[in-house]
Amino acid sequence: MLSRTAANLYWTGRYIERADFTARLLDATLRLSSLPADYGGDPQAWSAALAAAGVAQAFADAYGEVSDDAAVHFMSLDPANPSSMRNCLERARSNARAVRTGLTVEAWETLNDSWLQVERFGVGTPSPSRASELIETVRRAVLAFDGAAQRTMLRGDAFWFLRLGAAIERADNTARLLDVKYHVLLPRTEPVGGSLDYFQWATILRTVSALTAYRWVYKDAVKPWLVADLLIFNTEMPRSLAACYEEISGLLDSLAQDSGRRGRAHRLASATLLALGDTDIDTVFASGLHEFITGFLGDNNELGAAVAEQFLF
Amino acid sequence: MYSHASSDLFRTPGAFDEMSGFGNEARTPYREVRRWLEETPQDLLQTRGAQAEHLFRRTGITFSVYGQAEGAERLIPFDIVPRVLTRSEWTRLERGLVQRVQALNAFLADVYGPREILRAGVVPEDLVLLNPQYQLAVVGHAPTKGVFTHIAGIDLVRTGGDDFYVLEDNARTPSGVSYMLENREMMMRLFPELLGRARVAPVETYPDLLLQTLRSVAPEGREEDPGIVVLTPGHYNSAFFEHSFLADKMGVELVEGVDLFVRDDIVYMRTTEGPRRVDVIYRRVDDAFIDPLAFRPDSTLGVPGLMSAYLAGNVALCNAVGTGVADDKAIYSYMPEIVRFYTGEEPILKNVPTWRCREPDALREVLGRLDQLVVKEVDGSGGYGMLVGPHASRGQIEAFRHKLLATPEKFIAQPTLALSTCPTLCDGRIEPRHVDLRPFVLTGADGVRVVPGGLTRVALTPGSLVVNSSQGGGTKDTWVSDD
Repeated sequence: MLSRTAANLYWTGRYIERADFTARLLDATLRLSSLPADYGGDPQAWSAALAAAGVAQAFADAYGEVSDDAAVHFMSLDPANPSSMRNCLERARSNARAVRTGLTVEAWETLNDSWLQVERFGVGTPSPSRASELIETVRRAVLAFDGAAQRTMLRGDAFWFLRLGAAIERADNTARLLDVKYHVLLPRTEPVGGSLDYFQWATILRTVSALTAYRWVYKDAVKPWLVADLLIFNTEMPRSLAACYEEISGLLDSLAQDSGRRGRAHRLASATLLALGDTDIDTVFASGLHEFITGFLGDNNELGAAVAEQFLF
Repeated sequence: MYSHASSDLFRTPGAFDEMSGFGNEARTPYREVRRWLEETPQDLLQTRGAQAEHLFRRTGITFSVYGQAEGAERLIPFDIVPRVLTRSEWTRLERGLVQRVQALNAFLADVYGPREILRAGVVPEDLVLLNPQYQLAVVGHAPTKGVFTHIAGIDLVRTGGDDFYVLEDNARTPSGVSYMLENREMMMRLFPELLGRARVAPVETYPDLLLQTLRSVAPEGREEDPGIVVLTPGHYNSAFFEHSFLADKMGVELVEGVDLFVRDDIVYMRTTEGPRRVDVIYRRVDDAFIDPLAFRPDSTLGVPGLMSAYLAGNVALCNAVGTGVADDKAIYSYMPEIVRFYTGEEPILKNVPTWRCREPDALREVLGRLDQLVVKEVDGSGGYGMLVGPHASRGQIEAFRHKLLATPEKFIAQPTLALSTCPTLCDGRIEPRHVDLRPFVLTGADGVRVVPGGLTRVALTPGSLVVNSSQGGGTKDTWVSDD
């Protein structure tokens, strides 16, 4: 496949994944910030959300002070934010349009259709009800696109590059969420339940749409160390770092099988996957959750660069 | 020189209508359509029209208009009332198209080769050799398998039951075939019963035939499994949708200039698995931009070294370099002679009588009746830079008079034809609008092929004769229906 096509598909995958993450982050943060302070309402909720989306600096440059409205606008429709939901979908769509032949008609049509729907929301600050409509639209758009791709695309390079972009982006998103919230996930001795931090934990789980999943997996009340365990090590949980790396390794193997070539990206991915398998949540807490996450983010970025280099993007 | 055009060609109050001819009865091929139009409530037609627009936008069948904000995408308006030809009308047209395109290819092979037609004095030498579209770089070079214009779009207009005229030949990179295919898909989706009743010949084989045509001209020794690509200028190009559509339907890579490179006169594309050889390029990039080393040095759309690979015979370019000299409008006026010269037959398709303004007598006559004529630039296309006398203001006519006097050789003039009309849905009402027809003719090493149909373009403004999509024209599905 053409290197340019591969790059465009990879980025289509990344942007769609980022749009989805931003939508869930926005949704969870809207809930958290609307709670009264006595029930866990968090005045820092929007700063944390901007940091988790990786746009805190861009926001500060554009607005300075953090306000609810400005943060919602920045993350949803603001054309000035390269990672706003609107921009993510627009970029996903324009990457896809440049490689129409790499996608099936069905996959392209759902993406184009979604973009047309999001475009109708305009670029101004959405009212709360418009914001939740928009979030719903973006979430449906991503589900529809994934479904169309899954059901109609040939299992070949095009499909694998699309999913590789999505998996690397997903790992990055989960890790950044952990990076911003790690302090509420540290183990502690005080009894759980009744803690105001419950709302923080629930917000994290909602952001990775795993609140229900958590209960299925642990059959237990929400405990911070288990939240960290779920997001890092649980391979059943599709947004966990371990699950992302299983998928990344598998995709790189498929690509290698086709071309008969392996390279640096394979080595980096296997190393990260092995490291995740060799350790557990207690070890991570002992050596520092924050350091672990920072290290992971660096490795994941390096993998992105290695993919670009190896496939001549 | 044709100064004695027959009077029926001039604009007449009653134009031929595709559905009712010159009278009020539905012509045979339109019986089903007429019945359908009468039976279907107007608001339902309107709804179906809106539905079609929604579906097209969803599919992303858009085009960009030059001069508008870059990247702005627009839809070409689609009209739901089909344009219908009978099988016997089509059969005659098809024979004429094949004959004409064979003559075009023979002419190109000749003017870049032995130049017999010039020596015989049938076409003036300077008109060919000094033509800006005559590419000196390929003189004496025959393209693979000798084919020059693999994909030709011949624009036809109709003025009466049996009167079809060729308005112009497009021998470079004619576009619009994706609309021919998508319009049919749309009609099948919206009106399956109507299509079932009308027994319409399918057009969906076009991508297969195109692929077959491209394969057939692969260079010597590369026929087994040639690497075929579609070369596009990129997604800001007005026809990008079509480029990606055709590549997709053929199952070949859609490439831009940056995806290709040339080493030792062999063309390769950059893939994730390293370089892969390319043997046939269906290029939708103009000659001038195709290789910055050979033509415009500022072109970023082309591939450095492509021309030397081409001249070495290692890659086929479709269409070949230099075909523009055959669709120049001054050359057009010689097409009847060109057809006779190479085929030894009478042309089946008529030419519109044309005044060549380079000839002093013709120029005088044209200047005397600018308000009645259509004046076109010899190398213009897309409806840009032309004067439609009867619809022009005094100021526009005077401006053209100056242009004509300054560079008469750049212009030709033709009578304003009474283009046929076709019923068209306009603001909820069915009204007649002028139409033309562009069938697509494929020429490979193994013969000439035409799918039964083409692109019908319709001028949506009442009375307007300009059907170009860049000028606000729309399209219709074109049916070849059993008699």
